[in-house]
Amino acid sequence: MPAQSVKFYQVGSRAVGNRLLDAELRTEQSSAERRNSITSGHRACQGCGEALGARYVLDTAERVTGGRLVTVNATGCLEVFSTPYPESAWQVPWLHSLFANTASVASGVAAALEAQGRTDVRVLAQGGDGGTVDIGFACLSGMFERGDDVLFVCYDNEAYMNTGVQRSGATPAYARTATTEAVGPIPGSRPGQGKDLPRIAMAHEIPYVATATVAELRDLEAKVERAMSMRGPRYLHVLVPCPLGWGSAPAETVHLARLAQRSGLFPVFEAEHGEVTSVLPIRDRIPVEEYLRPQRRYAHLFADPPRTDLIERIQQIADRNVARYHLDPHEIPHEEGA
Amino acid sequence: MRRQLEGSRAIAETVACCRPGVIPAYPITPQTHIVEALGTMVRKGQLAPCRFLTVESEFAAMSAAIGASLTGSRAYTATSSQGLLYMTEAVFNAAGLGAPIVMTVANRAIGAPINIWNDQSDSMALRDSGWIQLHAPDNQAAADLHVLAFRLAEELSVPVMVCVDGFVLTHAFEPIDVPEQEIVDAVLPPYRPRQVLDPDDPVTIGAMVGPEAFTEVRYLADRRLRSAPPAFERIAAEFAEAVGAPQRRARCVQDYRATGADTVVVALGSVTGTLRDVVDSIDGVGVLTITMYRPFPAEEIRAVLVGARRIVVLERALAPGASGIVTSDVRSALAGLDVPVQTVIAGLGGRPIGAASLRELLARPGLEDVTFLDLREDVIDRELGRETVREPIAERDGEAAVESAGERAGA
Amino acid sequence: MDTPFAITLGPGSSSVNRTGTWRTERPVYVDRLPPCNQACPAGENVQGWLYTAEEGDYQTAWRQLVAANPLPAVMGRVCYHPCETACNRAQLDHAVGINSVEEFLGDEAIRRGWVLPTPAPDTGKRVLVVGAGPSGLSAAYQLCLLGHHVEIRDSAARPGGMMRYAIPTFRLPRYVLDAEIDRILALGIDFRPNTPVEDLTAEHGFDAVFLAVGAQLAHRAYVPAAQSARILDALDLLGDTAAGQRPQLGRTVAVYGGGNTAMDAARTARRLGAEEAIIVYRRTRERMPANDIEVTDALEEGVRMKWLATVKHADVGVLTIERMELDEHGVPQPTGELEELQADSLVLALGQDVDHTLVDTLPGVRVEGGVVQVDEHMMTGHPGVFAGGDMVPSARSVTVAIGHGAAAARNIDAWLRGTVATPEPEREAATFERLNTWYYSDAPETVRPRLDAARRVSDFAEVTGKLDADTALYEARRCMSCGNCFGCDNCYGVCPDNAIVKVPTGHGYAIDLDYCKGCALCVTECPAGAIDMIPEPD
Ligand SMILES: Cc1cc2nc3c(=O)[nH]c(=O)nc-3n(C[C@H](O)[C@H](O)[C@H](O)COP(=O)(O)OP(=O)(O)OC[C@H]3O[C@@H](n4cnc5c(N)ncnc54)[C@H](O)[C@@H]3O)c2cc1C
Ligand SMILES: Cc1ncc(C[n+]2csc(CCOP(=O)(O)OP(=O)(O)O)c2C)c(N)n1
Ligand code: SF4
Ligand code: SF4
Ligand code: SF4
Ligand SMILES: [Mg+2]
Repeated sequence: MPAQSVKFYQVGSRAVGNRLLDAELRTEQSSAERRNSITSGHRACQGCGEALGARYVLDTAERVTGGRLVTVNATGCLEVFSTPYPESAWQVPWLHSLFANTASVASGVAAALEAQGRTDVRVLAQGGDGGTVDIGFACLSGMFERGDDVLFVCYDNEAYMNTGVQRSGATPAYARTATTEAVGPIPGSRPGQGKDLPRIAMAHEIPYVATATVAELRDLEAKVERAMSMRGPRYLHVLVPCPLGWGSAPAETVHLARLAQRSGLFPVFEAEHGEVTSVLPIRDRIPVEEYLRPQRRYAHLFADPPRTDLIERIQQIADRNVARYHLDPHEIPHEEGA
Repeated sequence: MRRQLEGSRAIAETVACCRPGVIPAYPITPQTHIVEALGTMVRKGQLAPCRFLTVESEFAAMSAAIGASLTGSRAYTATSSQGLLYMTEAVFNAAGLGAPIVMTVANRAIGAPINIWNDQSDSMALRDSGWIQLHAPDNQAAADLHVLAFRLAEELSVPVMVCVDGFVLTHAFEPIDVPEQEIVDAVLPPYRPRQVLDPDDPVTIGAMVGPEAFTEVRYLADRRLRSAPPAFERIAAEFAEAVGAPQRRARCVQDYRATGADTVVVALGSVTGTLRDVVDSIDGVGVLTITMYRPFPAEEIRAVLVGARRIVVLERALAPGASGIVTSDVRSALAGLDVPVQTVIAGLGGRPIGAASLRELLARPGLEDVTFLDLREDVIDRELGRETVREPIAERDGEAAVESAGERAGA
Repeated sequence: MDTPFAITLGPGSSSVNRTGTWRTERPVYVDRLPPCNQACPAGENVQGWLYTAEEGDYQTAWRQLVAANPLPAVMGRVCYHPCETACNRAQLDHAVGINSVEEFLGDEAIRRGWVLPTPAPDTGKRVLVVGAGPSGLSAAYQLCLLGHHVEIRDSAARPGGMMRYAIPTFRLPRYVLDAEIDRILALGIDFRPNTPVEDLTAEHGFDAVFLAVGAQLAHRAYVPAAQSARILDALDLLGDTAAGQRPQLGRTVAVYGGGNTAMDAARTARRLGAEEAIIVYRRTRERMPANDIEVTDALEEGVRMKWLATVKHADVGVLTIERMELDEHGVPQPTGELEELQADSLVLALGQDVDHTLVDTLPGVRVEGGVVQVDEHMMTGHPGVFAGGDMVPSARSVTVAIGHGAAAARNIDAWLRGTVATPEPEREAATFERLNTWYYSDAPETVRPRLDAARRVSDFAEVTGKLDADTALYEARRCMSCGNCFGCDNCYGVCPDNAIVKVPTGHGYAIDLDYCKGCALCVTECPAGAIDMIPEPD
């Protein structure tokens, strides 16, 4: 009986760092020299997933571009908590114009850099889900379609948080928001497919589309790195739980992002030129209930009597994602052309 | 060298001489010829390394211009009417951020009803967006003003809108001297942005400012804007000298036989030519053309109008329910002077402003405070007569309403 | 840059905004007691040395290990590893193979000749240790390191106690035992073999005594037998075999008893040529005192089990067996049903008793239930005389014996200094619930290679193989470092406020209280459960 002979690190592939790993194999976030693109003193709520996600994304982008990066930011929590006069939390060049026009401003920035021959400087635009899938959508689609050299990052906290948690096109079915109260026969946000921007982005056949969460740091960093290795329009959609809007404990932010992925409700994948190229398989799948229950925005589903019918509907959404993206690693691959 | 050119073409060629870095554009009549021409020049490599972006909306056009401008590229765009309104939010934003963008507004009416023809409702609607607004009296000026606009914008870090009457100027063929490249280069140095997105100096542009500093921000912006008239005069003089044509020297306000005149007609834009022709044949009447409408050159205007006994403001836009937009500005410039300021609304939605009508109007003895030039009285009478005067909603409830409706039906 | 007022701000200027004032609770790093440490009878800091081992620094890991236990190569083979039973990882997939890593480190030390620490300067105190079994050796080792002069006396010719004279060589090769014992004795311990201590009152010239004579008397049970029936004691069988003899047992051997000794005896019998070895035990398998792995090993090697049976009579070549039944209390009761069992010899493995004659004349010493009683300081009723190992109430294992030796040494040291040893401060338990196990890679245990059963019975070669450097590293890295920071950078990474800084000392991290908003994300995401949230002090 031969003994197993595998090199592995007990938390190597999932934790932020590991003292056992070579420095170059650790995440950017584990580095004492990480840039802290958004630095301390910002006014995000305790446990804000967006603040975390932005640092994750930008620090990596900063590293892979060697600090040759400029950013454009939409109106929203990220902008508001980071730049109230007279203090800015940004350590990167940063421009905020409006809520809806981020992608276009970024297109202009990219065009200017190109006109000036400064193609070493890369452009990253970022905004919330409202600024991306709703009001900023036309500009974003234009940016995609024109092939502008910009990475657009959407920090999806699934509602208009900065204005007090109103429904956006990215708000999931039955989630309570201030404009979709949990009353009536169909409580919370209206069911439907919402605006699945990653898939819409893929329909533009842009070089790169990826989704990620703040719970899978290595995956996220790899995606930022991959995105920055390419030119042209690229889109990264990062799930960033919001304790305020989701009614969750600040300490649960990363955990909830993980549960979202593990439930299948938030598929994590990559696509190039419109084709899915890889998915993050669900390591240990959970029923959606486990993800929904800790969030107050879904409390009405677990009231007396519980809305098991609606929970079942949400489960179906998860099941559909799992099937669509082949998220279950144990799934028997489909025979093609048989 | 003067060439027979379409106004739009002359503007495009002048803008080209200004060496723009990025031109985001979205089509709308009557601006189209300008951006088409520029797009073609970029395509042909004549403007290298300029980038021409075919954006998906005017909002995107202005937004991209903001991005480009704050990244250190000279940014230009053009629009009209609905397009201008569609980009409104970004127009204000560009001013707030101090992005020295130059934009041509080919003035056109605003719908509904949709109307592609000229008036100045569009740029008037945005007069307080924080931009400098220059109005071209003719096509030579339209071309020249773009050079001045870039220089002024970049000197002050304030965006400049060059307003050109749609069709009347944009589509008119005239002999125009597009300034030579060397002259433009001499007047317009390379763009040196006040602030810029730069990895080597990573500032935060576009912070959120609360009550503790917002007033000061606005005060400073206002101060800066108010420094535009003298700067404009200086630059215009410099330019006129460079082109060797003193008659092409632009002024904030242009005095045509106005100083000392009994009646002065105040106007903006292309109607100037017609007006000058008209007053040539009327004694004691002069014309004051406002080229720089924002900031409003109140002192310069007052200096010209101080001796007049009557002022007639020819408005190419209407402030519904309040009449004359420019009139109010002129009135405030003349505060303390006891002189009647009368409003003439003219040329809305492309209606021609005829010399005969103007002559008749100026000769009219007691001109009303507000007059609509060439108003089709018969249409108005008919329509007013046809319009049923509706009773207040409360009274229409219940039987009374049925009764009165019956009465009306029988009437 | 000529930046406009207020609209444009300098980079990173938010650091003047001390968000720490928002906090109502603050995170603190803790060192909780991992269950493995808690369960180790030898008092090893298992988590601690695994932490070092997983870095591949085996020598340092070994040094940490031998601070508590000077016999790791032995323990790696014979310890029943309660640490693994307690290991939190068992709740995730399989317990960490602590024992196998321990063996690996012990063997590495032997192979590479790593030496034990240098003893402290001579204190001038003299301690007598009676018995060179694991307990006596452990005490002697610790006392010697503390600078005391130690003399060990043993009635046997060689040191090791049961490790040498009972545990079969196929489980514990003697070169391993020799290497580890020699290393201890070489510290400067005065070892006197063949020197039984019979009357302690006669011993003078020592400042303290540690007794560790074990339980070496085979428990006698009356089995009616024919004159020429072949009946022998398991300890004799094992002792003789260990000494290199090949006792004649015949073709079929019955072993009477259900403890580890019985298993060892039966397995030894197989190796001595018995075609059949049958264990006769009064109760059921579940109630067998023998360690489960030992039972499994025996079964694998073809040993047969006869449960619920007592030997009524032994004759030449045949035993009379009575079938038993468990009553409602689980006590076996005779049924009167008899049967015959062919057996050429009967090996008695019915337990061991303590020979306490050497303390019988010592005033104050209390013997109860056949074992010597000690207080919480391991001291007998006679001041200055301490005792441990099998001779005191205990679970009777090498590991417990080593733990007793070390504990006694601490107390003897205090006694010699005229003080009382202070117990280790209580640490809160590092429970499984506190872990965030998501971060640990799926990593099933590494199973030590083992000899095929067929080959096993043919000779006395060691049954269980070893980990190599790779597998040992793998196994060490399976440790989740329960309750103790292991430098994964998670807290540093997940803080949305960059309020965790890396520092060169201590845990490697510190909370920047100027900015920590008290969200507790770091606490939730710490894989090891090594951060607590505490109320903000007023
Ligand atoms: C067959 C068998 C297998 C076992 N297997 C395991 C196992 O796998 N794992 C495990 O943990 N435990 C095992 N044990 C138990 C373990 O061996 C004992 O619990 C342990 O050895 C006890 O250690 P000790 O130091 O107290 O006594 P011992 O090991 O019994 O040592 C006592 C020493 O004192 C000496 N001595 C006795 N009387 C005197 C005297 N009057 N004067 C001087 N010297 C004296 C003896 O010669 C002996 O050297 C096994 C026991 C047996 C019998
Ligand atoms: C044109 C316009 N409409 C509305 C707003 C008000 N507004 C500011 S932030 C915001 C919500 C932002 O939501 P999202 O983009 O999801 O970002 P979040 O705050 O959730 O991170 C809204 C509605 C605005 N600033 N501009
Ligand atoms: S409301 Fe949500 S997204 Fe906004 S700062 Fe708070 S936690 Fe972050
Ligand atoms: S995982 Fe490691 S620290 Fe935790 S109980 Fe097991 S061996 Fe001990
Ligand atoms: S994650 Fe940061 S802010 Fe939150 S408790 Fe830990 S140190 Fe404080
Ligand atoms: Mg949002």
